[in-house]
Formats: sequence, C-alpha cells, structure tokens
Amino acid sequence: MSSVAHNVAEVSSSVVEFNYLWLIPVLPLIGAAISGTMGLRIHRRFGEKGINLVSITAPWLAFVVALIGFVTLLKAPSGTRLYDNLWVWMSVGGLKANIAFSVDALSGMMMMIITFIGSLIHIYASGYMKGDESYWRFFACLNLFMFAMLVLVLGDNLLLMFVGWEGVGLCSYLLIGFWYKDVNNAKAGMKAFVVNRVGDFGFLAGLMILFWGLGGSWTEAGYHAGGVFSVTFAELPELVALAGDKTLWGVPIFTLVGICFFVGATGKSAQIPLYVWLPDAMAGPTPVSALIHAATMVTAGVYMIARMNFMYIHSPLAMTIIALVGACTALFAATIGCVQYDIKKVLAYSTVSQLGYMFIGVGVGAYWCGAYHLLTHAFFKACLFLGSGSVILAMHHEQDMRKMGGLGKHMPLTRWTYFISCIAIAGFPIASGFYSKDEILWKAFNSKALLIPGWVPWAMGFVAAGLTSFYMWRSYFMTFTGPAPKVHAHHGDAHDDAHASDEHSGHGHDEGEYPKEQPFSMTGVLAVLAIGAVAVSFIGLPYLWTHQESIIEKFLHPVFKAADHLPTVYHHGEGHGVEWLLMICSVTVATLGLGIAWVFYRGRTSQIPDKLKNMFSGLHRVVHNKYYVDEAYHATAVKGFLGTAFSSSWFDQKILDGIVNGLGHVTKYIAYIDGFIDTYLVDGIVNLVGLVARSLGGMIRKLQTGQLSTYLTGMVVSILLIVVITGLFFN
Amino acid sequence: MNYPTTSTLLSWMIFTPLIGVGCIGLLLALKRLLGLGKNEMDNAARGVTLIFSAIPLILGFMLWRGFDPSNTGLQFVHHFVWIRAFNIEYFMGADGLSVTMVMLTVLISFIGVIASMPWGIAKDDDHHFSRKAVPGYMALILLLEAGMIGVFCAMDFFLFYVFWEVMLLPMYFLIGIWGGPRKEYAAIKFFLYTLAGSVLMLLAMIAIYLSSNPTTLVDGTYAAHTFNLIKLADPAIFAPAGTILGFAFSKVVFIGLFIAFAIKIPMFPFHTWLPDAHVEAPTPVSVILAGVLLKMGVYGILRINYSLLPDAAVWASTGIAIFGTINIVYAAFVCMAQKDLKKLIAYSSVSHMGFCLLGMAAFTPQGITGAVYQMFTHGIVSPALFLVAGVVYDRAHHRQIEGFGGLAKQMPEYTGIMGLAFMASLGLPGLCGFISEALCFIGAFPVFQVLTIISAISVVITAAYYLWTIQRMFLGNLNEKYAKLPDINWRERITLYPLCAIILVLGVYPMPILSLMNKTLHELIAPMASMM
Repeated sequence: MSSVAHNVAEVSSSVVEFNYLWLIPVLPLIGAAISGTMGLRIHRRFGEKGINLVSITAPWLAFVVALIGFVTLLKAPSGTRLYDNLWVWMSVGGLKANIAFSVDALSGMMMMIITFIGSLIHIYASGYMKGDESYWRFFACLNLFMFAMLVLVLGDNLLLMFVGWEGVGLCSYLLIGFWYKDVNNAKAGMKAFVVNRVGDFGFLAGLMILFWGLGGSWTEAGYHAGGVFSVTFAELPELVALAGDKTLWGVPIFTLVGICFFVGATGKSAQIPLYVWLPDAMAGPTPVSALIHAATMVTAGVYMIARMNFMYIHSPLAMTIIALVGACTALFAATIGCVQYDIKKVLAYSTVSQLGYMFIGVGVGAYWCGAYHLLTHAFFKACLFLGSGSVILAMHHEQDMRKMGGLGKHMPLTRWTYFISCIAIAGFPIASGFYSKDEILWKAFNSKALLIPGWVPWAMGFVAAGLTSFYMWRSYFMTFTGPAPKVHAHHGDAHDDAHASDEHSGHGHDEGEYPKEQPFSMTGVLAVLAIGAVAVSFIGLPYLWTHQESIIEKFLHPVFKAADHLPTVYHHGEGHGVEWLLMICSVTVATLGLGIAWVFYRGRTSQIPDKLKNMFSGLHRVVHNKYYVDEAYHATAVKGFLGTAFSSSWFDQKILDGIVNGLGHVTKYIAYIDGFIDTYLVDGIVNLVGLVARSLGGMIRKLQTGQLSTYLTGMVVSILLIVVITGLFFN
Repeated sequence: MNYPTTSTLLSWMIFTPLIGVGCIGLLLALKRLLGLGKNEMDNAARGVTLIFSAIPLILGFMLWRGFDPSNTGLQFVHHFVWIRAFNIEYFMGADGLSVTMVMLTVLISFIGVIASMPWGIAKDDDHHFSRKAVPGYMALILLLEAGMIGVFCAMDFFLFYVFWEVMLLPMYFLIGIWGGPRKEYAAIKFFLYTLAGSVLMLLAMIAIYLSSNPTTLVDGTYAAHTFNLIKLADPAIFAPAGTILGFAFSKVVFIGLFIAFAIKIPMFPFHTWLPDAHVEAPTPVSVILAGVLLKMGVYGILRINYSLLPDAAVWASTGIAIFGTINIVYAAFVCMAQKDLKKLIAYSSVSHMGFCLLGMAAFTPQGITGAVYQMFTHGIVSPALFLVAGVVYDRAHHRQIEGFGGLAKQMPEYTGIMGLAFMASLGLPGLCGFISEALCFIGAFPVFQVLTIISAISVVITAAYYLWTIQRMFLGNLNEKYAKLPDINWRERITLYPLCAIILVLGVYPMPILSLMNKTLHELIAPMASMM
C-alpha cells in the first residue's frame, strides 16, 4: 500500500496528502445506505423531514469537505494534487489498483460542480417530490448517485473510475424508472442501462488494450506479458509517453484505445450513435433530469476524455473522430430540438447538442474549453431543467408546451431564471454560455491537430448555435408568453382563449385556477443557479478581451499541459481579427435565432409556425420523429439481438438436447435388440453352450492374468454396462 | 516433496458431516426405541444436520486463519498409506486453491442446510421438499458436503476419484427424489452425463498411474507406480511420453480428463444437463449445485490437467479459450430467451463459468487469478440467485417470468436483494463479480485478443437479460393474483444477507481471497507460461 503511494510521490513531487478526501464520496453513501435500508421506517415515523435530515444533510456535508479540499488545492502551488490512499483494491501479478482518491484542478472543478449543484438539486427535489409515497427511495437513489459520481471523478485510477462510471449508470437506471408502475418508464430505464452498457463495452475494451499496451515488455521478438500494469492517472502520462508507437492489428494502440474509450463516452454522454437513451430518460422525475441527465452524469464522457488528454494528443485520428462526432451530434440534436413540443424533450435534445460542443472542445485539443463549457452548462442547463420542473408541477404534470403559455406572469421567478439561462445557452455575451461555447468554436476553427480542417466542426457548431438560440427561445416564448391556461380547466378552453391578452385572461373563468409559483425551496435554487450561470462568465473571459489567460484556463492548465503543443492555424497572439469576426458572427446568429423565435412564438399569436409545418409536413414529420433512428435501431439491432437469442435457445433445446435424448433412445433400442437376441437366440443355443463350455473354460482361465490393468479394463467395461443398464431402466 | 502429516483438520472437516450421517442413521435405527414420531424424527435430523454442517464452517475459518498464503506448498497435510497393494494413499492437503474452494464449500453447504429448513413455509404446503422424507434428505446433504470437501482436499488421484463419485450419488438422489415434476428425467440426465465423465476420468487415471515411474510412499516403502498428485506433477516421476492409438499420450489423456471435467463445468456442448437439473432440483440443492459442484470441473482441470500435463495444456489452451468464449456469449444469448427464472439463472451460470475457461487458458497471473476468483464469486452470487428464485417459487408455485409483474411494490426488500444479486451477476463494478470478470479480461487479452473482445460483448447481453427480467417480474402494474405475497421471511434473510454482505465486501476488498490464492496459482501456471 505504502509502496504505491511512494511511487506516486516520486512521479509527481507536488502531492499533498488530504486524509479526508474519502469522506466526500462516502458521506452521500452513508445517506444512501440509511435511506435505502431504513428509509421506509423513517418515512413512516418522522415523515419526509426525517428523510431530508439524512439525505439532504449528507451531500451538503460532502460539499463542505469538498470545499475545504478545494481551498487547500487553491492555496497550494499550481499543479498540486490532493491524494488519499485507502487500501489495496486488487494486486495480482503486475496489476495493482488501489482504492485511492485524488483531486487535481480538473477533478476539483468536477467535485465542486457535483457537490454544489447536486446538493442544491437535493433541496429542490425535497419540494418537487413532496408527497410521493416512495420519497425515501428517491433520495436513497439520489444520494447513491452522488456517491457514484464522486467516485467517478475522484477515483485515482481507471478501474476505480469505471466503478463510478457504471455506478452512475445504475443510479440513472433506478431513477429513470423511479415511477416504475408505468411500464414505459421502466422500459426507458432499461434502455438507458443497456445502451450505456454498449458504451461500457467500449470502455472495457479500451481498458484491456491499454493495460496490454502498457503492461508488458516489448522487444524485437514481440510482446511479453508481465511488468507492472499501472492504472493511476498520475503514472499513466509517463507510461503513455514511453509506450511510443505500438500497434495492434496494424492500428496504433492509442488510437484504438482512444476510440474504444470514446465509444464509452458516446454511451454515457449521449452522442451519436448511442444518444437514443437520453431523450427517453426524461421519464424520470425532473430533478433527476437536471442532476443526472444534464449537469453531471452525462458529462462523464467529456471528463474522461479530458482526463486522458495526454493519450489523445498522440492520436489525430481519435481526436478527429471525437470532434466530428461531437459536431454532428450538436447539429443533429439541435434540429430535432427545434420541433419538439414536450418541454423536457426540448431540453434533452439541447443537452445532447451541448454535449456535442463539449466533445468538439475536447476533440480539437481545447480541453479546458470543453471542461469550461461543462461547468457553465451545468449551471444553466440545471436551471433550465429545474425551471421546466417548476412549470410542470404548476401545470400538474403537463409537459406539452402547446398547452402552456403565459406562465411568466404567474411564475415570475421561474420565468426570469429561465430567461437568464436562455441567454446563457443561446450565446449572448452577458451570460456564461457565450464564453465557453465561443471559445470552443474559435479553438475548433483555429485547430490544425485534426485530420480535417478546423473550420468543418466550427461550421457545424456555428449552425447548431443558431438553432440552439432558436429552439431555446421558442421554448421560452411558448411557455412563458401569451395567454395563460388554467389548470384543471378543459384544454379546449385554453385554446379558445388564444386571442385574449394576458390582462384579460385573469377574469371570467370559474373553473380551475392559474398555475402558481413554487415554494421558495424550489425557486430559491433556481435563483442560485441563474446567478451562477451569469457569475461563471467571469472566470472564462476570452483572451481577446483581457489579453491574459482566463482564470479557468490558468487553473486547469497543469492538467492539460500535454496539449500545449498541438498545432494551430494562428499562433498565440495572432489572428485577433478573425477571432473578432467569428465572435460577431456567433452573436449575430444567436440574435437571428432569437428574432425568428420572437416572430414565430412570442405571444403565441403567429400563424407562421403552423403554416411552415404544413408546407414542409414531410420534413417536419421526419424531424419530429427524430429521423426514425429509434425505429431503425429497433428493426436492426434489437431484432437481430433477440433473433440470435431465440435461435440460440432453439438450437440448445432442439439440436443439442435432441442429440443427447437421441443417444438415450438409441441406447434403449440397442438394449431391446439385445434382449431379443438374448431371449430367442441365446436361449435356443444354450445347449450348444453347454457343449462348448469345457473348451471355453480353458479360454477364460487365460483372462485371469493377475494383472491390474486387465482387471481395471474389466471394471471400466462393467461401469459402461451399468451406464447402459441404468439408462434402460430409469429413462 | 514427501509431505508428512502435519494436521488432521481437513480430515475432521470431511468426516464431521459423515458423523452427522451416522447420527441420523442411529436415530432412525433407534426411532422405535426412543418413541420418536415423524415430526420429532424430522426435527432431530434437521438439528443434527445444522450442527454437523456448522462445525465444518467453524473448522473452515480455523483453516483460513491458520493458512499461510506465502507458503506455496501444501499445508494441513494428513498423509498415510491407505491401500498398499495399489499404492493408494490417504493424502489430504490444502494449498491456496484448495483453501479458497473449501471455504466456499462449507459456507454454501451451511447456507444450503438453512435453506432446507421448513421455517416460514406455509403450514398447508405438505408437498414442499423440506417436509418430505427429511432424515434421508439431510443425510444426503451431509454426505454431499463430505464428498465436496474431499474432492477439494484430496491430493491422491484415487482418493480424488472416490470423493468425486461419493459426491455424485447424493446429488442424483436429491434431484430424483425431492425434485420437481420432471425430476426423474433430470436426475438420470445428470447421472449419465456425470458418469460418462467419470468413466473417462477413470481411464485417464489408470493410464497415468500405469505410466508413472517408481517412487516411494509416504512411509518410505517402494512403489512401482503412484496416484500421488504432487509426485505425479514431478517430471521425474511422471513424464507423459509415447502414444495411444497413434496420438500423443499426453494429449489423449488431457482430452479424456478435460471432457470429464468439462461436463461438470459445464462447458458447451456438454451443458444441457445443467438447466434440467437446476429447474427440477429443490432450491438448496440448486444452491449447492451451482455454488460448489460446478467449481469442481475447473478445479479438476487446474489440479490435474494443468499440473500433470503442462505441455498438453499449452497445446489445448486456444481450444479452451474458444470454448470459454462460446460458453460466455452463447449461453448469454440463450438466457435472453428463457421463460423460466431458474432456467435463466442456470444458463447464466454456464455463461459465467465460461469466464473461468477464458481466464485460465491464458496462463497469465491475472487470467488464472481471475478465473479462480470468478469461481469463488460465482459460488457466492449464483447461490444468492437461486435462493431468490426459490423465494418466489415457494410463494407463487411457479417461476414463469412473464407470470409476474409489479412485484416491487409488494415485496420491496425482496426486490432490493434480487436487484443486488442480479447486479453482482452482471458484473457491476463495486460488486464482487466485476473484479473476477475484469481480471479474466485483462489476463486473457494479451494472449487471446479477439476472443476476449468477443467475450466482452457479454456485458451487454447480460445486462439486457437481467434488466428485462427485472422489468417483467418487478416493474409495471402489480399482477392482482400476487397482491398478497408476503415479503421475504427470517429464514430467507439468514441465507441471503450473508451472501449479499460478501458480495459487497469482496467487491471493494477482495484482497483476503486474492492473496490467499495468488502464490499457489502463479506457481501452477509457471511451467505453461514459460512454454507459451
């Protein structure tokens, strides 16, 4: 145990032992264990307050410890890691993995996002889930998720990271199917888990190749297993640098590993082709969508690739694939987002799209930009999701935006926080999303590290930015402007009111009442997140404006040192004119999106959307049905999978077992024939036997050789006979 | 090495259950005299069995504590000449591999015994196996336990064979008498399959015996041939040469032994006895069958094939890995199509035992340790799975997955335990199954790249069939027929909670088991690894 810690200390001199690090994941785990095992009893005895006491306190305590750790990290010189080694997890041959946690700048940032936003969402959830009969189960799962996510980011080695990686998948499964009585929710959960497992297969394959590539010794004669397999993030960079240009099946191993890991990332972070589970995951309660399916879990893939940056810079092919897949996903999901009516589905596709941006960032080698977008996105997307949750509760679990409208007047806090977040995501320079997204796009444009020109992912991201602005403002206008519906009222009434102004709609209806603003436990959280969505702008102000590295870039730089020397089009300090131009383009396209959404949806009076829909009804249908990707997957992958399963089963039962049973029958018939011969032939010639008995006696005497082998052969034959006879009598 | 007797602990572990059998026999004989009614007799038999299966468990802990993992030789040796005419010795000993398996055996046997108690079974359920011919059942369970411990400790081939057969008969009767509707078919199938394997083993054993060179017995007397497995592993005493029917001796013997053991694993295409046996067997018998008996196949290959015939093992390694891969992927697909919960779990056992084959074929430290750790973790997880299947069968009297629905509402604790067992079985990191699977993969990859990647596909299939099962049984609307099913009772908790605890602990802290066997196993594969 100590020797490994010692090695680590040698590799990086700036390691600070921080012996409370384990508390950060374990505190939520304790919360989960208490709520999970005794939750029902606590719930019955003390009500929801009892659960709150356990399950909301736990993540906040973790936040406090994390904060202490983070401050320690900030005080220490740049490049320091906090390290806490617990015990040897597995040590077999050259493979060693410890249960150990470490915090560097990147995982420190992640840890703060998870504990802070996670704890906020716990508070929000206490309002959102009020009155649910399985309140305790919800918080047990949510706490367990915090544990798994923290293990994912704090784990000191790839194997421990994988524990968190699948752990969050499990929690996601449990929470998507939280209302499992509706079998569709259960199915959505299952889909998420299985699709994630496809990704995990990639991760696992990558792990195997990486261990193999780094673990053995390579000589002229070939590969020899053995040597020390190191899996810690502290030692990997050096090993990767040493490994050089090994290949497997003719492909450089780091390309292969990189692609395999990226397959894992496409599963967890919902990228093409494995993004299909995320929109369905909206079946879960909205706080889950905010925490797991927007702010934290789905960014795990981005985190992992940023974490492995020292490996990816060796593989232009893997980088290109990541950037291209990210760009395609950003664009593809944005188009679908434009025509969805379910508010959570819009946000889900928006998440997929924004994750695509992050992958453009980490794909082109701008790791800190990807990580920064992860941070800003965590704030504004969590705020958007929680805002939508607030709306959904007010609308009594109605999620269709066509049945909403005019809520701004009745839910001011929800409205304004949603508004701020829309500014952030749409890319206006007064909130955080602009800074992170624009930096990613600029870095993509400026990149020469890919096999394709950098403007390709830039252009796709640019178009997607316009679409993002459009669909986000569309959701804002559809939800918060125009006439307000009454909940409990017949839907028809709300639509008849379409021409009535906000002022008038308050009068004249007896049935139903207007949606109400949510209690402070929920809106307060929205406010904090919205403030955060603006505030984090300041750590990422572009070089172009301030002529110095942004705070976040400087902070994360030690982790991404390896990426310093990636080739760019313009060198440091050059190309400002182009950068200004691109920035202006970005703002223009965002404004364009806002403008179109304004014309189409503000006040819900315009007929243009419907007309357009009728004009391009075919196209609309295809996009609205998500390009029929789900259907295509069902017809190919799922059908093929089940087909293989059923044909295997058929083969097993009919062919294999058929042979076994057939052998049994054959034995039986041989025995019948034997019996026939015995009765009619042998008995008939029994007298003959008597005649030759004397001569036979002489022959048999020869069998008694006194040699063990002869006897044993006889024994075997006897046993074989017993087999046949038992088969005869019992079968 | 000659290994004189150092301890009789292992013999005590083996013969304690046999004393229990004797006690039950004595009680039966004195039944009239003591005036025992059926109930008293049954309870007496149950009590005796509980005691005499608990003692080996305690002795097992003593064995574990006393075992020195840094010593690669045999420990706790009990050794004397048994049948001098044929140079057969009574030779018991334990190395890291044996200790691991013995610990598993005594634990799972004890849990199986508890699961055989009728506590909490509805009073009117007279046909329940736990109320049928109790003394006979209990005696057979004890006999089975003795046979299993014996197989894992015997270091004399003949003794090994004797215990192997001793273990076969009780299983046949346990399935054939206390089983389900098609018990006769299942029992006969089990018996014939295993006996066919035994015949091959017997032939191979004799061939090996006859071609061994002269040596001495434990008391120093001359022996022309030997059954001593430790001595046979020494090339000076047994160096396979020559041919049988034109094929290399070592290869023929290896294949004979391998098939004998592969039937027990069970390896494709010899696995079809397992689903039938499991489906018909009563819950505790399934528990022991999956938990311990399946391990004997892999154990036998490691103990006999690998140590006696290293060159043939290297020759066969690719074949073993291919069959392992087929086991893993093919059986996982078959699982997907199952309608009976127990059959599904049975096929999942086939799939998971494939990891052992894959891992041990690579002759890498991670591979072999992964394979044996997989035996141990599967020995913990699959009993838990069969126990949870038994819970629902005891209540609903059927196991059709489609026949349930929404049970999570009605049986939350049961659902949680089943979820944990399923997750452990599908290799969720943090639970014990992951470590063994990951070690097998990491260990096998350097040697069998393509096969390992194909095997890794099973992570998707496994997740799919388990989650689909959960969805069909536990989620959705509650099937009104089962609106009154009670949650798990205390007997079931006693059996399941320890297993769940082990699943959790061994997932994050596997070193107690890993370090127990690391040295032994790495020594075992050293000759093969040097030949690769």
